[in-house]
Amino acid sequence: MRQQRYSIFSVLREALRGHTGWGPAWRDAEPKSSYDIVIIGGGGHGLATAYYLAKIFGQARIAVLEKGWIGGGNVGRNTTIVRSNYLLPGNIPFYEKAMKLWEGLEQDINYNAMVSQRSVLNLYHSDAQRDAFARRGNAMRMHGVDAELLDQREVREMLPFLNYDNARFPIHGGLLQRRGGTVRHDAVAWGYARAADQRGVDIIQNCEVTGFKIEGGRVVGVETSRGFIGANKIGLSVAGSSSRVAALAGLKLPIESHVLQAFVTEAIKPFIDCVVTFGAGHFYMSQSDKGGLVFGGDLDGYNSYAQRGNMPVIEDVCEGGMALVPRIGRVRLLRHWGGIMDMSMDGSPIIDRTPIEGLYLNAGWCYGGFKATPAAGLCFAHLIATDDAHPVAKHYRMDRFATGRTIDEKGMGPHPNLH
Amino acid sequence: MRIKCPYCGERSLDEFAYHGDATVTRPDINAPDAMDQFTAYVYERSNPAGSHRELWYHSAGCHAWLVVTRDTTNHKISAVETAREVALKRTSDTQGDA
Repeated sequence: MRQQRYSIFSVLREALRGHTGWGPAWRDAEPKSSYDIVIIGGGGHGLATAYYLAKIFGQARIAVLEKGWIGGGNVGRNTTIVRSNYLLPGNIPFYEKAMKLWEGLEQDINYNAMVSQRSVLNLYHSDAQRDAFARRGNAMRMHGVDAELLDQREVREMLPFLNYDNARFPIHGGLLQRRGGTVRHDAVAWGYARAADQRGVDIIQNCEVTGFKIEGGRVVGVETSRGFIGANKIGLSVAGSSSRVAALAGLKLPIESHVLQAFVTEAIKPFIDCVVTFGAGHFYMSQSDKGGLVFGGDLDGYNSYAQRGNMPVIEDVCEGGMALVPRIGRVRLLRHWGGIMDMSMDGSPIIDRTPIEGLYLNAGWCYGGFKATPAAGLCFAHLIATDDAHPVAKHYRMDRFATGRTIDEKGMGPHPNLH
Repeated sequence: MRIKCPYCGERSLDEFAYHGDATVTRPDINAPDAMDQFTAYVYERSNPAGSHRELWYHSAGCHAWLVVTRDTTNHKISAVETAREVALKRTSDTQGDA
């Protein structure tokens, strides 16, 4: 297959030729009998892992196995927000690494992922919340991450149409991360798939893993719906279904699967030019380039693999929206959907080896997997290639629950539905 | 999704609070491997795609603790018992084994 480099010149050339010269962005590979490294899960994380394995660690003979099709899983079901406004030392360097990779991603993979650093604004509604946000902002700045604490006047200049004088939840100000924003989610999957494919990675779609072959405590391959595939090392990157796939290898994880709903309205004129979150409830919103308002809120709160939620949370999210931005009340909802989250017991992810030699785990992403995609791929690739944790992901150990070193941003304890 | 409380009848989901897997049981603190057992009890879950027994609390109703058997792939509820019934049954089963 001819490998095209996308540029203004290729766009102009194809415009003149009636767009007859575009080839597929990646090969639809047939599975070989064995590989050095097999990544299970062709979502953003799995594809990024394969890409960085090939690019940085010079690994050859890599396959990505995807049960469905590229872009059809959680990478296409999120609300596209990227940010690195975390509090705890185990998290900040990792998410800031992700943010730095987002900033250079499009040049790196030669793909327009529509990275838009339109800023993320978290509103506060009380003195106590302002203190908590000031603390978070200071923690971010001490790690070299940008953060600004805005008062009400400065927020009014940005978003004059919010409900500032709500009797119960007046808006006092907000914590602003200007480098946060949104990224086109499908383009991340497609861009990484294309870039990995160009470096020789086989992307195998419609290939579901049905079992592991383990000999003497060491993994030697996977049974799939398209036959047995041998492998020296296997990376599990299937957030949402981690427990199910890990159970095939006899592992039990500190994870529950939960459904999170997201919503898009009909397209309206440019209205909101950042990501804004309501601090008194749980509601966040941005506007897509097509004009739809993209928003969401809390988890439904019970174990689910159903990819759809229930009415009480829809009502709760819409109430949050109305409390914050009353003028969206007459905008019609276009569609809503659910995605399945790997909710870990402390709200933070796991990138670690497993008790089975040669089997590696990237899981527990809760509702924060999308923003982490480049760094999760890089750190998981580092772990698989070197058998050692990447410095920014060294706290994401699986044994942290047993040793009491949990990374609990919200301080909720072992209740996955509350993180 | 609506839950049929044994005391109140069928009620909306937003009257209930969720408390996770109902099959985990508190280990014996004097067991030689109590540390491992407690780690598993607090953190590890089977998280099945399919039938799941789980605790719900009727917080905006009669305050009963319930054990609901529900399919996590389609949210269909097949059984609702009070946690008290389940606990008593578990105790009598254990005593039967001994």
